[in-house]
Amino acid sequence: MGFEHADDAAVYQLTEDLAIVQTLDFFPPMVEDPYLFGQIAAANSLSDIYAMGAEPKTALNIVCFPAKMDVEILGQVLRGGSEKVVEAGAVLAGGHSITDVDVKYGLSVTGIVHPKQVYTNRGARPGDVLILTKPLGVGIVCTAERVGEASPQAMEQAVKSMTTLNKYAAEIIRKFPVHASTDVTGFAFLGHLHEMLGEVSAVVYTEQIPHIPEALEYAAEFLITGAAQRNRNHLANYLDFGSNVEFAMEELLLDPQTSGGLLVSVPRAVGEELVAELSKLDLPAAIVGEIVERKAKEIMVR
Amino acid sequence: MKKTVDARGLDCPLPVIEAKKALQNTEGVLEVIVDNEIALQNLEKMAKQMALSYELKTVSADQHVITIMVDGPQEAGQESPSSAGQGDKTVVVISANEMGAGDPELGKILMKSFVYALTELPQLPSKVLLYNGGVKLAVEGSDSLADLKKLAEQGVEILSCGTCLDFYQLKSELGVGSVTNMYEIAQSQMEATKVIRP
Repeated sequence: MGFEHADDAAVYQLTEDLAIVQTLDFFPPMVEDPYLFGQIAAANSLSDIYAMGAEPKTALNIVCFPAKMDVEILGQVLRGGSEKVVEAGAVLAGGHSITDVDVKYGLSVTGIVHPKQVYTNRGARPGDVLILTKPLGVGIVCTAERVGEASPQAMEQAVKSMTTLNKYAAEIIRKFPVHASTDVTGFAFLGHLHEMLGEVSAVVYTEQIPHIPEALEYAAEFLITGAAQRNRNHLANYLDFGSNVEFAMEELLLDPQTSGGLLVSVPRAVGEELVAELSKLDLPAAIVGEIVERKAKEIMVR
Repeated sequence: MKKTVDARGLDCPLPVIEAKKALQNTEGVLEVIVDNEIALQNLEKMAKQMALSYELKTVSADQHVITIMVDGPQEAGQESPSSAGQGDKTVVVISANEMGAGDPELGKILMKSFVYALTELPQLPSKVLLYNGGVKLAVEGSDSLADLKKLAEQGVEILSCGTCLDFYQLKSELGVGSVTNMYEIAQSQMEATKVIRP
């Protein structure tokens, strides 16, 4: 793919009709439960493969684990991870572990795709609509949980979203014409949207953003993260927030997501139909904006 | 009275949470010390959102201080004194980008000065509703945009009809206020104490 643009994974063409897609991601726990953490980390690692339009085939574990910690906990992390790999239809082929002061876990995943059917995050055109397949706010909710402020319902929604594979959304999206695709993770909705733009601009409709309702409350209570502020600083020159956009909504759009949804740019004509199909899945999906001709600001949040 | 919270060594959101707690029982000045600039920026966002005045100081790379004035002017209403009173709900309805019937050129000039005149009134309306051609006043490039922004800053709600923005394909150009629907347009006028139509 080259390095000019920040795509989600590395693509290498093997033959005329076969390319491999490789990705690697690992991080420290964002939830208490080791089994859930394993599931989330794996769903997150697999997500880049789906964002590229590929199908995961093999996965390798990457593990950092303290020598003094109960190894049973590690067992639960790996069990969660391997279950998600199986659900994805891939094979867990091994891995590597080292001792470290903190727990970290993730996977390196290899997938396959037809070289002509690779989705990249470039190619969005004016007249496209933007569709997001998971609710935003999991970062804020996990932050609130860390300081004991999250409600069980909010946390439940966050966990459900994070453990859901993007596989199911990807299978639906594949049946539609896709101009650009990515997944929403650490750089937040606006950061990943920014990577799709450049030659074109986008308008984001805040009233249509799928989100965990409590996330807005927590953001308004300033349960906000350093990472979101770093995203804000990084994107400052590209963003234009309308006067109707409240502070909590800004934070939601800048909130780093773990195992977030797919963000795709598709022709307006198929937007409604794609959302209708996606809505048959368990998580809220919606048209969250549109691509317009290049403007002074890259992203206009309204 | 001055209070200091040393939040060095704490990761976000903890410095903000500590500061918020301290604000509840501080009168006078609250000083929060953090060890990174991102935490300082998060504290700044909090102070801004709470409409408290503050000062930022970077002592060294790992020592940043925000000084928040707790009994600042925020209670006294640094907001415009002219915002409509609680009971008074005057709503201005603008349904075209021209004022009156006659020469369109003149109509546009009149509308521009009408919106300007609104900003100068001692008693501001609570809302300005824009529909049909009226939405053209609230988009980028409009002669009235600056005046509408001024009204918005003083607490006047500027609401533009979403169907109309879509129809004129101006949704991405909206430069002030928010998008509304027919239900709110109808309800705002029903609840208004006065409806002004230029």
